[in-house]
Amino acid sequence: MMITVRKLVKRFGLKPVLRGMDFSVEPGEFVALLGPNGAGKTTFLRILSSLSRPTLGSVSIAGYSLPGQAAAVRRRLGVVSHLPLLYGDLTAEENLRFYALMYNVAHAEKRISAVLDMVGLSSRRRDLVRTFSRGMQQRLAIGRAVLHDPEVMLFDEPHTGLDQDACQMLDTVLREVAARGRTVVMTSHDLTRVADLASRFDVLSRGVITASVQRSQMDPNNLLAFYRQAIVEA
Amino acid sequence: MESKPRMLAILDIVTILLFITAVAMVFLYAPLEAVMGQVQRVFYFHVANAWVGMLGFLVAAIAGVAFLRKGDRKWDVVGMAAVEISFVFFFIAIVSGSIWARGSWGTWWTWDPRLTTAAIVELVYAAYLMLRQGIEDPDRRARFGAVYAILSFISVPLTFISIRIFRTIHPVIIGSGAAGAEGSFDMTPKMLQTFMFSLFTFSFIFADLLWHRIRLGQLADKTENLRLKVLQ
Amino acid sequence: MQPIPQTENQVRLKEPSLGVAQFIRSLSAIIWKDLAAELRSRELLSAMLVFALLVILIFNFSLELDAQARSTVTAGVLWVTFAFAGTLGLNRSMAMEKDRGCLDGLLLAPVDRSAIYFGKAIGNLIFMLIVEVIVLPVYSVLYSVNLFKPGLLLVILLGSIGYVAVGTLLSSMAVQTRTRDVLLPILLFPLVIPVLIAAVKGSTGFLQGAQAVDIRPWINLLIVYDVIFVAVAFMVFDYIVEE
Repeated sequence: MMITVRKLVKRFGLKPVLRGMDFSVEPGEFVALLGPNGAGKTTFLRILSSLSRPTLGSVSIAGYSLPGQAAAVRRRLGVVSHLPLLYGDLTAEENLRFYALMYNVAHAEKRISAVLDMVGLSSRRRDLVRTFSRGMQQRLAIGRAVLHDPEVMLFDEPHTGLDQDACQMLDTVLREVAARGRTVVMTSHDLTRVADLASRFDVLSRGVITASVQRSQMDPNNLLAFYRQAIVEA
Repeated sequence: MESKPRMLAILDIVTILLFITAVAMVFLYAPLEAVMGQVQRVFYFHVANAWVGMLGFLVAAIAGVAFLRKGDRKWDVVGMAAVEISFVFFFIAIVSGSIWARGSWGTWWTWDPRLTTAAIVELVYAAYLMLRQGIEDPDRRARFGAVYAILSFISVPLTFISIRIFRTIHPVIIGSGAAGAEGSFDMTPKMLQTFMFSLFTFSFIFADLLWHRIRLGQLADKTENLRLKVLQ
Repeated sequence: MQPIPQTENQVRLKEPSLGVAQFIRSLSAIIWKDLAAELRSRELLSAMLVFALLVILIFNFSLELDAQARSTVTAGVLWVTFAFAGTLGLNRSMAMEKDRGCLDGLLLAPVDRSAIYFGKAIGNLIFMLIVEVIVLPVYSVLYSVNLFKPGLLLVILLGSIGYVAVGTLLSSMAVQTRTRDVLLPILLFPLVIPVLIAAVKGSTGFLQGAQAVDIRPWINLLIVYDVIFVAVAFMVFDYIVEE
């Protein structure tokens, strides 16, 4: 198991957001985590990415538990949220260079060039990030996330704010990222986006997983119906 | 609805009795001071309040450390209660000190070490309360409150030391003082007794109010909990 | 688009404790990043500088300073200026991290939290020192006061360290509240008073050529304050950034 979550509870003060979630992901799976706004998707992803601590329950990633072995987990994790996590006053390559230092990536310059190639931003490497469009920033953000070659990738609604073209470019990059055998968890409230990408669909509603189905077991056209039903059942 | 625990009810009564006795002692038992007259009686309450105000600081800092280590919300309630109460006590101390200053030296305020430190402590309490007000997430509110309480607890003694290296005109009745301190007076045994009793009484008042305030905080938490349950 | 080439010698081979080398590496990376970004935009420094010079100008109009009075008041004017310009820098430095979610970016990296604190604090210190280095000669010229005494520079350094140590800590809290910019001075100034007092008295001592024995206690106080608060910050920073 690459990711194992048992009986995860998260409360903010006295308000429960996650209520005893169980969630497991095999290596190489691409899980789309669906759910309405406020279901707790972002909270869950923040816990998985070690930015937030569980109130109760256990979380382990690549064999290391959170929050105790957080550093080991962080090394193996690449995270893309809807904020770009990039420094506007630095160039694309300077941003990557910074993160290469933070993650202690070997052969940094070679790696940076390769990553810029992969996300299609080589021609803009010397440009300041604040001149980038949102789509370009998002692609660079993915570059930042894969820089240290993590085993697990977490995406929090990465398509937010992108137009059609940008979305398609993003999808190409996502497929590239996933094709290398990485384990991916992506949250989304937009079904059309993930329908083609994911190998498994889970629904998070009212703080627990209410449904989970493999792509092979389901006709993608029924995705919407499947989703609606999982919400109602909560 | 929980009713007041018996201990607290007893404490309430004891505290009220102590307070009445203390007031009586201050006005009837303690002798009239030669130089200052009636104004000097402020002294008994002033110092007691200041002492108790500093106590709140200590409690808040300890509660802060306890909260950060254990994560138990109970400590956060204690810290908040301590600061709130001390804020009021210290304010009383400053005002009574001001009255004293008017009686002794003819001015409402002096920039001597103790009064100045008191003003700073009051501002620190205010800052603590403002910090908490600006945070929505209860966990973060508790964590930041704890950190600030600890930081200020370390900083204030340093502040006092730095100001102390100036010369003072604040009466140094207890402890050594710089040469040239004016306005001090010798305490007769009766005065000393009144003073100690005041101190004792105000410690009780502090404990009593603290307990009440902690209960209030816990009940607020409970109410919030119930409200959330109902909303589901 | 090319497939991603294999990276050799990945960090994952080094388990799992974070060495001193990584601490220093990440610390330097953060300082370098702050300096590089500031070099590009120059927002922070120009804001601090303009503000500092304005404050000095205002002092000129509000305080009637003849040559005699000036020597007693100079240290105070300078330190008030530094204190206020300092809050600008502290606020901006942290806001930059918070706004684009970059603070999360820092926290996601496998680095010790204190490396983040020290990186930001040293960066803040450098900015503050730059502003001071520029303000001092300007003040010298405007008011015909010789400010280039080594003792004075030492006091300014020690005072800035203390100020920035506590300031970085508090700004990382303030930036996460609703009342952000307004809150930092309110939180910071009461706690930083020992620094201000010691720095002003120490500076005045050096400016007026006082005896070493008179100045000593102030320098000691500054050193004690700096050591205590840097140590405390080291212990407490984790609690500020870990959710």
